[in-house]
Amino acid sequence: MRTLRYREALREAMIEEMERDRTVFLMGEEVGYYNGAYKVSEGMLEKFGPERVVDAPIAEGGFAGLGVGAAMVGLRPIIEFMTWNFSAIAFDQILNNAAKIRQMSGGQYNCPIVFRGPNASAKQVGSQHSHAMEHFYAQVPGLKVVAPAFPADAKGLMKAAIRDDNPVLVMESETLYSIKGEVPDDLDVVPFGRAQIVRPGSQATIVAYSRMTHVALDAAAALEKEGISVEVLDLRSLRPLDEDTIVASVKKTHRCVVVHEGWPYGGVGAEISDRVQRLAFDWLDAPVLRVTTRDVPMPYNAKLEQYCMPQVDRVIAAVRRAVHRSA
Amino acid sequence: MLGRQTMDHEHLASLYRQMLLIRRLEEEAARAYAMGKIGGFLHLYIGQEAVGVGACATLTRDDYVVTTYRDHGIAIAKGMAPGAMMAELYGKATGCSGGLGGSMHMFDKPNNMLGGHGIIGGHIPLGVGAAFASKYNKDGRVTLCFFGDGAVSIQGFHEGVSLAALWKLPIVFICENNEYSMGTPLSRTLSQTDVSLKAVGYGIPHDRFFATDVLEVEQRIGQAVERARNESMPTLVEVRTYRFRGHSMSDPGKYRTAAELEEQKQKDPLIQARLKLELGWDAAKLAALEASVEAEVEAAVKFAEDSPEPDASVLEPTTYDGPFAS
Ligand SMILES: Cc1ncc(C[n+]2csc(CCOP(=O)(O)OP(=O)(O)O)c2C)c(N)n1
Ligand SMILES: [Mg+2]
Repeated sequence: MRTLRYREALREAMIEEMERDRTVFLMGEEVGYYNGAYKVSEGMLEKFGPERVVDAPIAEGGFAGLGVGAAMVGLRPIIEFMTWNFSAIAFDQILNNAAKIRQMSGGQYNCPIVFRGPNASAKQVGSQHSHAMEHFYAQVPGLKVVAPAFPADAKGLMKAAIRDDNPVLVMESETLYSIKGEVPDDLDVVPFGRAQIVRPGSQATIVAYSRMTHVALDAAAALEKEGISVEVLDLRSLRPLDEDTIVASVKKTHRCVVVHEGWPYGGVGAEISDRVQRLAFDWLDAPVLRVTTRDVPMPYNAKLEQYCMPQVDRVIAAVRRAVHRSA
Repeated sequence: MLGRQTMDHEHLASLYRQMLLIRRLEEEAARAYAMGKIGGFLHLYIGQEAVGVGACATLTRDDYVVTTYRDHGIAIAKGMAPGAMMAELYGKATGCSGGLGGSMHMFDKPNNMLGGHGIIGGHIPLGVGAAFASKYNKDGRVTLCFFGDGAVSIQGFHEGVSLAALWKLPIVFICENNEYSMGTPLSRTLSQTDVSLKAVGYGIPHDRFFATDVLEVEQRIGQAVERARNESMPTLVEVRTYRFRGHSMSDPGKYRTAAELEEQKQKDPLIQARLKLELGWDAAKLAALEASVEAEVEAAVKFAEDSPEPDASVLEPTTYDGPFAS
């Protein structure tokens, strides 16, 4: 076991895969000479040279599309978005090309590409820079979407993403890059579609991912003090979604609260609510509740931003509501 | 009657005053940021003041301006009250965007400031849209659309310029070429580093010059503005400039040498303007002008400090006009 930061775990995964497979390369804004806007790719230019760690101009539509084309003919690109907000410009490439090439070619062409970068809120960066983009992408068949909360999963999921023969979107988090965690020495890939129980409990299940897993854990610790036992389930992978683990947990606890950044209308939380009510209806003692970013563009003002983002106290309130309803 | 020389100096003094005001406001913003009073990203305009001031000096209040996230200076040059700018940085309700936009999103409808925008290239078609409306309404207004050298690679730039050229819209595209997009020098983002030549492919006039002398900026942009106003012909202007600070507050700027920065500071357009005034204008007037700028900056900071924060009740009515749709 070693202790690594989240950004180091991501970097290690990319380096190991690039050493293993010469077709893997990294492309994005400031990934090379600047060592990455958030230092995820620090040292990689020095290690692999400018042919494989490629600084791209600000042209997201261009270099995302270039990645898809290169993937069609045998390379395995890792395309970094400085933040996922800027992928909006490349949305056409991801939606119309990456996700569609395989089916519309009748299965002839694969698109083994990774799109990655920090997602969701940072701190007071305003409405255009605070998007939780996973909800848009998880809707699209043909794409896989993962969102690790811990360094070990960041490494294992990134390795799995690079080896996967489909387009995989890795949702990182600026606010998690510096967190530390244990990473097994022999860690290989973490397979997609497997959630993990990061805290066992009996009276309610909180389903979360990415930074919200940490918020959920804080809420669970606080709730324990008032005698409420909460199970925290970290999804890790949003598409494919580990329905079985979610349903098994809810059948045990009888209550479910989903926590994520991003708006409540549609999205991952709505998807999980649908599956839980369909697959565990008879076990539920309360409606499935969601704690999300409030249904408005993210404001700049610090207090209003905090008000809009899902916080520990809102998660606690939601769990209490679910538990006391039937108490 | 004032002699021509004196009139020129009066005019230069007014431009110098705006440049100094911007410089001092930005310095105070940096200080407030270090004290945690301003959050998020903060991209300073220090070093580039002559571009915004010289360009906006050619406009009337009715004309439109739109720019990137490096927007405080241009907002001031377009007439925004310093207090409204500083209060926005502080996230206060009295800020130009009610504290909801922050540093990157300075909007000022009474002054036809169509905003600072965070997504590279995204605002360029917006500027083209304002120019389209002016032609549609035959209102004689001109739009200045500012962007960085980094935006020249992105689709919004090409589509925007292409449409404006096709439909002969009254707009001036101003590329503020400060030689870097974040940590990347222009030579590593563009195959043709003469940005103005991009105009050739779209069949519109172009110009290219250094922004060392604010009067020259005014005169050269003025020609393009007249072309837009009188002939409804767009122009692409590349103004060569330099930012003295990092890309944003979190950028230590390790990609350029101290010598390079020092060389650029020697050409500081603010100092150049002041030197001219020292030579040809009244020393007492200059001192009074500078004192008045200090007072204005101090008042702006105090206004920002003393202003209230916005309340959560503003969120729904600023999301939709009319009932909230959920
Ligand atoms: C589409 C998009 N991609 C990336 C970014 C991140 N970003 C913000 S500013 C910047 C550099 C822009 O440089 P330039 O256009 O030269 O303007 P300057 O900052 O020099 O004024 C980058 C890459 C962004 N805001 N939008
Ligand atoms: Mg630049």
